[in-house]
Amino acid sequence: MAELKLMKGNEAIAEAAIRAGVDAYFGYPITPQSEVIEYLMSEQPEHRTGMVVLQAESEVAAINMVYGAAGTGKKVMTSSSSPGISLKQEGISYLAGAELPAVILNVVRGGPGLGTIQPSQADYFQSVKGGGHGDYRLYVLAPASVQEMADFVDDAFEMAFKYKTPVLILSDGLIGQMMEKVLLKDQKARLTDKELQERHGDWATFGRVGGRERNIITSLDLQSEKMENRVHRLMAKYKRMEEEDLRFEKIKCDDADYLIVAYGSSARIAQKTVDLARAKGHKVGLLRPITLFPYPKKELMEMTKQVKGILSVELNMGQMVEDIRLAVEHKVPVEHFGRTGGIIHTPEEILKALEEKIIKG
Amino acid sequence: MDIKDIIKPENQVYKKTDLMTENALSYCPGCGHGTAHRLTMEVVEELGIKEDTIGVAPVGCSVLAYDFMNVDMQQAAHGRAPALATGISRTWPDKYVFTYQGDGDLAAIGTAETIHACNRGENIVIIFINNGIYGMTGGQMAPTTLPGMRSSTSPYGRDVRSMGSPIKITELISNLPGVYFVSRQAVHTPKHVRKAKKAIKQAFENVKLKKGLSFVEIVSNCNSGWKMTPNDANKWLEENMLDFYQLGDIKIDGQLVQK
Repeated sequence: MAELKLMKGNEAIAEAAIRAGVDAYFGYPITPQSEVIEYLMSEQPEHRTGMVVLQAESEVAAINMVYGAAGTGKKVMTSSSSPGISLKQEGISYLAGAELPAVILNVVRGGPGLGTIQPSQADYFQSVKGGGHGDYRLYVLAPASVQEMADFVDDAFEMAFKYKTPVLILSDGLIGQMMEKVLLKDQKARLTDKELQERHGDWATFGRVGGRERNIITSLDLQSEKMENRVHRLMAKYKRMEEEDLRFEKIKCDDADYLIVAYGSSARIAQKTVDLARAKGHKVGLLRPITLFPYPKKELMEMTKQVKGILSVELNMGQMVEDIRLAVEHKVPVEHFGRTGGIIHTPEEILKALEEKIIKG
Repeated sequence: MDIKDIIKPENQVYKKTDLMTENALSYCPGCGHGTAHRLTMEVVEELGIKEDTIGVAPVGCSVLAYDFMNVDMQQAAHGRAPALATGISRTWPDKYVFTYQGDGDLAAIGTAETIHACNRGENIVIIFINNGIYGMTGGQMAPTTLPGMRSSTSPYGRDVRSMGSPIKITELISNLPGVYFVSRQAVHTPKHVRKAKKAIKQAFENVKLKKGLSFVEIVSNCNSGWKMTPNDANKWLEENMLDFYQLGDIKIDGQLVQK
């Protein structure tokens, strides 16, 4: 039954996965997301729902275990943090190419390299521009609270199966580690094997049950024309995502003269900046993209009719700002403010940057 | 006797299993893959498990195994087949899951996945085709290339001091407690084909016991990569490969075979 609890973001998503009726989780420890697998191991979901939890020998193995199970129609997920997500990119590209539903959580830490274990949003490019090799995108959800860490499990699987595509939940060390109250949903039943066979029998590889024709999971097309068709099919899905499943939130935008665009933990912090700015008489609004792919391009263009300038606030040295600039086609000035290396900006710092770069007296 | 009389059902002494598709094999004439494919599918047919069998094809010559094996199949990234098989088997514990991997795939790029799937005792079958060379990419040195053996990346012969010695991964994994059955066979003569089939059948039967992983190595040829005629390749295999990779059962019922 539904329950109100105080939890870390990483624990909340693990508990939400059990309650969402996820069939399997494969992971490998890495800070700051190890609580996900630790929570799952201590909960023993095999006794609660029959969910499989396995610690793999590497992130590479974990994402390929996900591929194997996803290829049979199971609801399957993995989680990691930046360096581990880099290792998973090959597998993610294969998942996208083979059109398999799966959910991947990235609790981002600072980079490049081994970087730092502190929060960051420096994996934006990797998340929304492909990440692995080839022509593909991920559906990317960016939670800004512990509640959304939990809620996005269901949303992510809905999208993963709707589009038969890997879905990325792009969190960060701040959302993963902080504790907030979270309303956990009722337990959903996992699909029985029979239900799964009826629902996914036209593509999934669980054996030729009932003597049906074989199914094949592959991303290989040696004939160029066939491969081009496959990529066109992927692109059609991404277009449909933009039309049907784009998500964003507008806070105090109705009368705004200036706009902050921020996602995830930056959006949480920037929300305070909006209030500080308004107390000083600046009409500032916040646009929070909830999906980073698809991206609210049209909405941003719409906002240029109203606002005099846009500040992109990110925990990196300027990544999403490029997409904002592309979206608004230089109609208004677009600047970036961000801290990096694991340092989190304060609402006051953001306000100062907003005043200096956008409002300018 | 007319050809139509010869092919009457009562005259038929051998029939291709329905679990091999009608697609023409893309392997080079003389290659052992076709035989190893057929044996695997014959075993699945004879055990009556086609509805419960899922195969994993790797990267390498057998990347298109799913064109020929008429069961549900997944294509894996290079070396990752045992991880895929783990994901499938863990979520469908009563299914027969097998991987079909070459030496570069299993013993070089996929060494970690191989060893850890074996060590966890995943309830799967691994069929390991060892021809001592990378066939698909054009005959480069493999982890199992014999000392002194020429390949396109060891054109003067494998120098073990700079290139390392061939790895006997089959012996290596046989020492892991998660591994229940290990056998090394070949498919270059009818006698060897019969023995190989027996080992593959044993491996698939073991899945029902859920006692650990079953591993069958097939020492095979690569006449194109070795730059030999099919006959010469089989002779070379007999005279060189089998001396280094000795045939026979290595582990039965979880116990190492004493030699």
